[in-house]
Amino acid sequence: MPDSMFLTFVLALPFAGCLVAGFLPANTRNVEAWLAGAVALAGLILAGALYPAVTGGAMIRTEVEWLPALGLNLTLRMDGFAWMFTVLITGIGLLVTLYARYYMSPEDPVTRFFSYLLGFMGSMLGIVLSGNLIQLVFFWELTSIFSFLLIGYWHHSAKARDGARMALTVTASGGLCLLVGVLIVGHIVGSYDLDRVLVSGNQIRSHDLYLPALLLILLGALTKSAQFPFHFWLPQAMAAPTPVSAYLHSATMVKAGVFLLVRLWPAMGGTDAWFWIVGTAGLITFALGAYLAIFQQDLKGVLANSTISHLGLITLLIGLDSPLGIVAAIFHMMNHATFKASLFMAAGIIDHETGTRDIRRLSGLYRLMPITATLAMVAAAAMAGVPLLNGFLSKEMFFAETVAEHVDSILDDALPYVVTLAAMFSVTYSLRFIHGVFFGPPPTDLPRQPPPLPSWMVVPVALLVSACLLVGIFPAATAGPFLDTAVRAVLGSDVPPYSLKVWHGITVPLLMSLAALTGGVLLYRALRGYLSSGAEGSPGLGRLDSQRIFDWSMVFLSWRAAKTGVDLLGTRRLQPQIRLVVGAAFVAALWTLYRHGPHNGLHYGLHAGHAESSAFDPVLALVLVWLAGVWLAGAACAVGAAYQAKYHRLAALILMGGAGLAVCITFAWYSAPDLALTQLLVEIVTTVLILLGLRWLPKRFETIDVENYRVATSWFRRGGDLAIAAAAGLGLSAVAYAVMTRSAPDSISRFFLERAYTEGGGTNVVNVILVDFRGFDTLGEITVLGAVALTVYALLRRFRPAPDSIERPEQQIRESERDDALPDGQSGVALADSLLVPGLIMRLLYPVIMTVAVYLFMRGHDLPGGGFVAGLTMSVAFILQYMAGGTRWVEARLTILPVRWIALGLLFAAFTGIGSWLYGYPFLTSYFRYEDLPLIGTVPLASAVVFDLGVFTLVVGATVLILIALAHQSIRTHRPAKADVPAPIAAPAPALAQAEGQ
Amino acid sequence: MELIVALGIGVLAGSGVWLLLRPRTFQVIIGLSLVSYAVNLFIFGMGRLRTGMPPVLEPGTAGDPAHYADPVPQALILTAIVIGFATTALFLVVLLAARGLTGTDHVDGREREQS
Repeated sequence: MPDSMFLTFVLALPFAGCLVAGFLPANTRNVEAWLAGAVALAGLILAGALYPAVTGGAMIRTEVEWLPALGLNLTLRMDGFAWMFTVLITGIGLLVTLYARYYMSPEDPVTRFFSYLLGFMGSMLGIVLSGNLIQLVFFWELTSIFSFLLIGYWHHSAKARDGARMALTVTASGGLCLLVGVLIVGHIVGSYDLDRVLVSGNQIRSHDLYLPALLLILLGALTKSAQFPFHFWLPQAMAAPTPVSAYLHSATMVKAGVFLLVRLWPAMGGTDAWFWIVGTAGLITFALGAYLAIFQQDLKGVLANSTISHLGLITLLIGLDSPLGIVAAIFHMMNHATFKASLFMAAGIIDHETGTRDIRRLSGLYRLMPITATLAMVAAAAMAGVPLLNGFLSKEMFFAETVAEHVDSILDDALPYVVTLAAMFSVTYSLRFIHGVFFGPPPTDLPRQPPPLPSWMVVPVALLVSACLLVGIFPAATAGPFLDTAVRAVLGSDVPPYSLKVWHGITVPLLMSLAALTGGVLLYRALRGYLSSGAEGSPGLGRLDSQRIFDWSMVFLSWRAAKTGVDLLGTRRLQPQIRLVVGAAFVAALWTLYRHGPHNGLHYGLHAGHAESSAFDPVLALVLVWLAGVWLAGAACAVGAAYQAKYHRLAALILMGGAGLAVCITFAWYSAPDLALTQLLVEIVTTVLILLGLRWLPKRFETIDVENYRVATSWFRRGGDLAIAAAAGLGLSAVAYAVMTRSAPDSISRFFLERAYTEGGGTNVVNVILVDFRGFDTLGEITVLGAVALTVYALLRRFRPAPDSIERPEQQIRESERDDALPDGQSGVALADSLLVPGLIMRLLYPVIMTVAVYLFMRGHDLPGGGFVAGLTMSVAFILQYMAGGTRWVEARLTILPVRWIALGLLFAAFTGIGSWLYGYPFLTSYFRYEDLPLIGTVPLASAVVFDLGVFTLVVGATVLILIALAHQSIRTHRPAKADVPAPIAAPAPALAQAEGQ
Repeated sequence: MELIVALGIGVLAGSGVWLLLRPRTFQVIIGLSLVSYAVNLFIFGMGRLRTGMPPVLEPGTAGDPAHYADPVPQALILTAIVIGFATTALFLVVLLAARGLTGTDHVDGREREQS
């Protein structure tokens, strides 16, 4: 148990540290460094404590369930291989922190730096410790994001911004491919659990989807590890502060790619595709990176390209698809991490001291900084593969692997020669790094004279270099056990025999090493003149540059293609867009019908099982005639509304109400009383709503419009639209008819019908579904309703009507004229007179409607009714008062605060949901029982009723808010948009003045 | 019976789509309402048309799907009707605001160029 807790700490500490570091005050670099160092050290110590639990192929595993149904759990898993990486990440992280403390200048905002660095460390640990593939991809993308932040740390520099953006674009897109690949693997295996995946190798390799999955996963790994043709982002990333580069290039980021390859090799390797893709990418990268590194003039550029090359070497080893190759790959990962981190730190020291990293300007630094020079020389020798250093050992293993036969192919035959050549290049660039910087005449062209070097800055380099030496001289005693643990975790029991010895006798690999060393020295001698002549860039590659291609494609995608796309497909006009949408929907429906058409057993006509009684039934016939009559009227209304909507809006609105009524009757007839009630009430409020809006729309006269339009094109367009409309209508009719004449399948309705009473405590199943079974959906819906009402309210607060709508409508003017004519001249009298009888009735109905609303609400759980219907009814009661008395009259007597109703409703509903937490049940679990109340009788007391009360309150609030907000526009004073329009509200004032004068 | 309702759905949808394709905002708002009638009825039809069997149970019993109309489409439509009212209101206000700002009730916020 403590082991799994330690494991959780290893991962959680860096993220906790990331948060803490982010909130420390700026310019506290000592505290920050102590914090980051302590986190890294703690990780290292914990890893050390965990070592006994991972030796010999054992592993630690801890799992926190998150979405077990989807196979998504937080799984931490540490085996020997992950352990090795944990040590590398935390160990080198510790040294980088120490180094960064002295490297970063006091002016740099180090809060950000250390916070990102810790976050990055945590994400990298997340990758290596993930026991779930999805979780692994999550941390994978997190490293992309943190590396973006770290590379772009000096964001005032354009180079840093560009480098960061390129790194993010390349690695995060790779990560997306990886995600898809992992999803495919999960689909094949049936689990995302790493352990399940690792033992399902045969199942994965023999699956049809193996190749797509492999390609996608390789895209992820190869982009991350900067393999050809995605290698170009890594040199650009050297705009990062040097400690970051040292970290990115050694233990993290680029290592994540090769880590993943080794991790998934048991599951996905061992095929021709693996050999060819991974092997080729590795070989090209190995040679190309080494070649490019020779011609760099920037110290970090040399190192960045050498990283590409060394990762190519590792990738090639993995691609060779043999257990010994994996051993060598893992060993080289360790070795590369040590010498590359120390070399970057050394390059950073040189930069820090002299102010330049240009090899052409540097020379003879040995005299100025002998310790750094010595350390760098040892590390560079390890990079070149000089005997007695760790780089030599893993390169020996590598040569031995390339000589061995694998797949009988031209690649295999050419391999020893190509790798010897590439190894020669690596000797050349290592030599150049050392000779060009530390030897030769004293430097004359330095930007600044070297200040005294903080001695602690050299300590991390010294530690790493001594590791190179120790492993190089006593490999079996130092690295041996750890390598064995790591290898055993990947290969399981069938670890091939390998020996970690400095001297294997005179062997082919040794000869290859010697050839590379000699050739490298000769090549450097030959190229010296050319290199110091100051040429930038590598000869022979010309314009064939992936970075150029990347830049071009970025510009193409984000600018040219986007612009062309908009030009071709975009329109600011709504009508063509709607035509497209309707057309697409029609085609989609047709396509489905075609695909599942008659040849697949679908009958277009009546379903075979549908019983149609042939005997003449007078009652049925009567019903049919009646229904036909309703729908004849309904259809006529719909068509009429469509016809009149342009010039006769009021008529169209009334006709639309007629069509709605037909719908309402249909609901009522076909056993949906709740729907009929709701439809009827919504019909009423919608009509009121649109009536209120009509006043602000422009006047439109048939005669004017007809003159303006070109008749021929307009008829053509309308003809097309008519065809589309007819097709849509006919299609929907046909589908509806086809479905309705089939017998219904057994659906989830059975569940609701069977349990509405026994578990929901209500007999009205529709209401029980709304407030109980699907209460959470309803909560969402009423939230939407409330949000819409508030939006309407907010939009209307700043409402500016069009100039021609500002003047008061004719009716109002006429009424005020009549008011003026009265002897005592009060405004509003004419209005009250004209609505005398209806107004009285409406006022009398106020309590009646309210009672009806309460009644509908109370019975809702058992009989048609419920919160929605009751809420609408209640709002109708309020609206009627507005219509009868006018806005001012009502608001002088009645205070309605609809916004508070909305808030109250949401609170009711939410608290009912939260209430179930108190009893240890999930959100919105309901409770019910029947209770005898005095006078009223037996009432269902369900917690769902309280929820329904929330629905009711919110519906009242929302509906009333919308309608009142719109109604208020008529009495608001609108500033005229143009000076020549008279102020509308000024009209009553002279009337009053006149009255007083009389 | 099904035929009548199906035809009714078709006429509602056809009139609605026709109006959706028209250039004036008021036409579109009426069209949207008609289309939502059609769609609601269509969803209702998915539960099949049954007379005299409202999904209101006898107290104390578990319901048998053979004796009750399908409650699921009804529950879906009930909220759809209310939300439909809200969106109509929102659309109406947006179109009024747009008309105030642009001075036209054309759906594109500007009249078509007359050539």
